[in-house]
Amino acid sequence: MRGVSLHVDEGEIVALLGSNGAGKTTMLRSISGLQRLRSGTVSFGGADITRAAAHAIVAKGLGHVPEGRRIFAGLTVEENLNLGGYLSRRERTIVAARKQRVFDLFPRLAERRGQLGGLLSGGEQQMLAVGRALMNEPRLLALDEPSLGLSPVMVKAVGEVIRRIRASGTAILMVEQNARQALALADRAYVLETGRIVLEGPAAKLARDPRVRHAYLGGSAEEAAPSP
Amino acid sequence: MSAFLQYVVNGLTSGAFIALVALGYTMIYGVIRLINFAHGDVLMVGSFIGYELVVTLAARHWPVALVVLLALVGGMAFTGGLGMLIERVAYQPLLNSSRLAILISALGVSLALEQGAQLIFGAGFSAFPSVLPSAGFSFAGAHASYVQLGMFVISVLLMGGLYLFVHKTMAGTAMRALAMDKDAARLMGINVQRTILLTFMLGSVLAGASGVMQGMYYTEINFFMGFLIGLRAFTAAVLGGIGNIPGAMVAGLLIGLIGSFSDGYISSEWSDAIIFAVLIAVLVFKPTGLFGERVAERV
Repeated sequence: MRGVSLHVDEGEIVALLGSNGAGKTTMLRSISGLQRLRSGTVSFGGADITRAAAHAIVAKGLGHVPEGRRIFAGLTVEENLNLGGYLSRRERTIVAARKQRVFDLFPRLAERRGQLGGLLSGGEQQMLAVGRALMNEPRLLALDEPSLGLSPVMVKAVGEVIRRIRASGTAILMVEQNARQALALADRAYVLETGRIVLEGPAAKLARDPRVRHAYLGGSAEEAAPSP
Repeated sequence: MSAFLQYVVNGLTSGAFIALVALGYTMIYGVIRLINFAHGDVLMVGSFIGYELVVTLAARHWPVALVVLLALVGGMAFTGGLGMLIERVAYQPLLNSSRLAILISALGVSLALEQGAQLIFGAGFSAFPSVLPSAGFSFAGAHASYVQLGMFVISVLLMGGLYLFVHKTMAGTAMRALAMDKDAARLMGINVQRTILLTFMLGSVLAGASGVMQGMYYTEINFFMGFLIGLRAFTAAVLGGIGNIPGAMVAGLLIGLIGSFSDGYISSEWSDAIIFAVLIAVLVFKPTGLFGERVAERV
């Protein structure tokens, strides 16, 4: 990746679009410290985090729901959530209150709290992955393909959840192949192609841009969003 | 029948010792995907620390129970520190290198510990002073000493404590999470380096406890003892499914029983051959181990 510049302001929803291999996942992994940048800087809340360890970046308030959800399959739903609140583990009442909030957001998880994460359906796993990240009350939540592999009903539900998370004051940076859904949710968007940002701007404006419509919205506004 | 029972008693005793060591192999494999070939030698060091403490304290006529307790705790504390030191010096700098590099480093640590112990304690056997009472009780024609019983109980308590730690505390849950998915664990805010260190400490403490107890029980120790004990415990870890903690406990007891039966019914000269035949059979026919939920990766 080279010459990429991207920023997310407080309380914003920002979408990162692009086809497979454009570098979207690499970008998120570099921000959260799972991967090292060869050059360039990442700053968060005014502090330079380019060389910080992933666990230290999480402590600063970055939540990352990684590609493929990566829930702990051998742990129960509740243990997964507890780990999400790992950094607050000494404050049990805080963790319990946050868990209750996640259960309010995803009542399904409350029903399945004792079940192993690996036995959940894809949609439930996505809820758990998001809920787990919310357990740390992040200031910025990075979501990697939150609607990948979900049914249309679940995709809509995920969109609703993303709006509610933003309403509670958390900024969101989402990577999506489902450009239609992403542009409908986001305030601003970036389009990434082979490691470079080729377009950026308000989501509504990008949704009307002929290049975006041709490449990511299947040419005509009436068609369903493609997933190449 | 009485002989059979006797073999069971002996097998459970040695099996408990093996299980404690197997736990270390399996836990360490879980967090860094490395067979820690120095693990048996950590146990050997624990044995020698226990030996030095027993010799020193028994010469001052301290009460036996206190001597045994201090030797046990001292051996465990020392190996716990040693385990962390080994991780920090020999493994941590290589965690992102090739698997082969870290494996070679493990073999190097093993040799260094063996040769170091030989320099300090000599090449011969050191005999533990016989401080322990030989009294016991008989049932159905088999005899069990109170020492056997006590050591078995201590081993089971240590294993139970470990099980509770791993399943009921956040630090233990973090350890399991790390074993399942390292990147996801980092995203939870878990300090991976520190969790790995903690795992080495716990595994080495258990090996130290086993080493001190084995020294007292078998009464003779030497610098090379960790090799065979380590291989037996490694077999148990593989049999239980590498990475599987309850599996290592059960398989440790099983390997102890297999060794004891072959000692009794065949010949003690054959015991190791039989145990390693079990290892090969497991690797060939059921590489995921008896309980086979987790997939063992090739190192």
